[in-house]
Amino acid sequence: MTDAAELLSRTRELLAAHPPAATDRLDFLKARFDAGLAWVHYPEGLGGLGAPRSLQVVVDAELEAAGAPDNDSRRNGIGLGMAAPTILKYGTEEQKQRYLRPLWIGEEVWCQLFSEPGAGSDLAALGTRAVRDGDDWVVNGQKVWTSGAHNARWAILIARTDANVPKHAGITYFICDMTDPGVDVRPLRQITGEAEFNEVFLTDVRIPDSRRLGEIGDGWRVAQTTLNNERVAIGGMRLPREGGMIGPVAKAWRERPGLRTHDLHQRLLKLWVEAEVARLTGERLRQQLVAGQPGPEGAGMKLAFARLNQEISGLEVELRGAEGLLYDDWTMRRPELVDFTGRDAGYRYLRSKGNSIEGGTSEVLLNIVAERVLGLPAEPRTDKDVAWKDLAR
Amino acid sequence: MSTQPDLLYSEEEEALRAAVRDLLTDHCDPSGVIARAESDAPHDLALWKALADGMGLAGLLVPEDKGGQGATHREAAVVLEELGRAVAPVPYLTSAVVATEALLACGDEELLARLASGRSIGALAVGLHLAPGAAFPVVRCENGTLHGELTGIADAAVADVLLVPAEDGGLYAVGADAATVTGQVSLDLTRPVATVRFDGAAGRRIGDAGPAVRRALRAAAGLLASEQLGLADWTLTETVRYLKERKQFNRPVGGFQALKHRLAQLWLEVVGLRAAARNAADALARDEDADVAVAVAQACAAPVAVHAAEEALQLHGGIGMTWEHPVHLYLKRAKADSIAYGTAGAHREALARLVDLQAP
Repeated sequence: MTDAAELLSRTRELLAAHPPAATDRLDFLKARFDAGLAWVHYPEGLGGLGAPRSLQVVVDAELEAAGAPDNDSRRNGIGLGMAAPTILKYGTEEQKQRYLRPLWIGEEVWCQLFSEPGAGSDLAALGTRAVRDGDDWVVNGQKVWTSGAHNARWAILIARTDANVPKHAGITYFICDMTDPGVDVRPLRQITGEAEFNEVFLTDVRIPDSRRLGEIGDGWRVAQTTLNNERVAIGGMRLPREGGMIGPVAKAWRERPGLRTHDLHQRLLKLWVEAEVARLTGERLRQQLVAGQPGPEGAGMKLAFARLNQEISGLEVELRGAEGLLYDDWTMRRPELVDFTGRDAGYRYLRSKGNSIEGGTSEVLLNIVAERVLGLPAEPRTDKDVAWKDLAR
Repeated sequence: MSTQPDLLYSEEEEALRAAVRDLLTDHCDPSGVIARAESDAPHDLALWKALADGMGLAGLLVPEDKGGQGATHREAAVVLEELGRAVAPVPYLTSAVVATEALLACGDEELLARLASGRSIGALAVGLHLAPGAAFPVVRCENGTLHGELTGIADAAVADVLLVPAEDGGLYAVGADAATVTGQVSLDLTRPVATVRFDGAAGRRIGDAGPAVRRALRAAAGLLASEQLGLADWTLTETVRYLKERKQFNRPVGGFQALKHRLAQLWLEVVGLRAAARNAADALARDEDADVAVAVAQACAAPVAVHAAEEALQLHGGIGMTWEHPVHLYLKRAKADSIAYGTAGAHREALARLVDLQAP
């Protein structure tokens, strides 16, 4: 087992052999990957050393102190957080060697082709078809809510390969080349005025069978790895007091006494308390993870933050009075990065509406808490033994 | 905040919890608590003896060299979680926390040792509804004897010694037999309040009332959140259990989405309360950031505990409305707790000052 001292000495060797100040950014990142210091919990030869995940901080801190470049992980969140763990678990040796290194370095950005106009909460009902043609699959359909599709080199894609079996059984998981001429990416403008997301039309896109992840018809199970990693990525960050959306509201309250009313004061105090309790809940969850006792609390964090962000930003628009009637900019843009607390109160109010929809609606998450945490029975199902082609739509 | 609070339970704290829960499972069943609530003696002094004398839990907050266990608010909070789960009719919060904290502030070692050992039960003669920092009524003081009446004193019916604030600014220790203690018909059957009357009772001045009362009520409010957590946790767990079992329309009632969502929301609230209550207990133990941590915990705890008890009653349907089902004990305790040591609103007002979010 690789311990902290071992990691520290390997990190120092890397820094000595490739001084950050005198090394090209990408060259340094490649050397870091090859030294097994990219994600230390990954296997040797794939950017890791098979070390405990909790020791990554040792490497990161040492590299940061030395001024080493990082892989700008926010630009490739879907690749790092969702595609990579799925490839690691289900990919062939060849696929792991081909995709993981350029993914981690950031040379190749990934996006996710899962949701469809007709398959949101009921993702397993998806209708994008993949039909076998020799060594290839030919894919036709429409995907939606695809962030980063316009920058992506690759996509993780789930498509229907058998319409004659129940919906969960007829899905297969693929790696899709976003430069294929049959891929048409169109910006999808949101209520904020900008287009973080895209709709992606797939017309006769050819995917070689060598880019299939997992077995034919096993795509739903493979997708669970992707989706579980999405929820891990959402919980568990450390925040200082007033670190979230409540921060700008509290600041405005202190700096501008003219805005204060008794009604707003009561509501502000309630939300301040709820924000502090949510922060402490997140901190407790983090402490549980560090102690190796992950609790079920993670399932609830996204729910709590979605509601709070919406209520707090709603209060903030009202607090600003006449200014609350204004909006900073409706120009259609394609932002590189999404910052929920960026821009003005009106933007925060509108953008946070998505927090209870993206990554699983709050209604679906409540079902998950009720069934998986509290053990309550599932709703009776009418779709379980019905072939996908016979489902109501 | 120089250091991070520890929001988890240690192995020792979990062992303490298991021991208290075992005792309560054997000696504090709901039907017994209901029967006792209507008797002349609503408090369970045999259970108190087992907790205080048998397990040594009355002295958790008292240093070992003063006759206690030398533990902290973190351990006392775990005991209170379990007592809340059982709505146990014992004077733990009032004697082992509130009166004990007042004595720690005054430095009265003789009384402290008696309370820590469980040989005596103490009660601070300050109304249960008062928040930390609130003004409190006092009695007249003439030549070392006390005159007057104080009401709403929790657990005074079983106290051996009363700690009484007087108009000269002193806190006086008075034997309960020198006062007239009259029980009031109380909303909370398991923590009844009483009127205490002094007609020339002899008191011994043990210290200044102001700082002692403030310290006692701050610890009380902070640790009450753990009792409320235990109460909310029991009502949620019991309601989930019942709804898996109860069938209507040929299905378990707990399978209906409308009810599942309500229970999932409640679970979220309880998860939040656990973090806030642990934070308050840890802050009191370290005496760091305690004013804010206590106010946050109390602003959170009362709405959650009351909501949990109200949902438990509603989701039990008709059986929840009966005297024989214990859910009413939890509702009454939760509602009384929402007033005890300051309402959520009072604690939010305190926060407005503490974190500089001033009123218009």
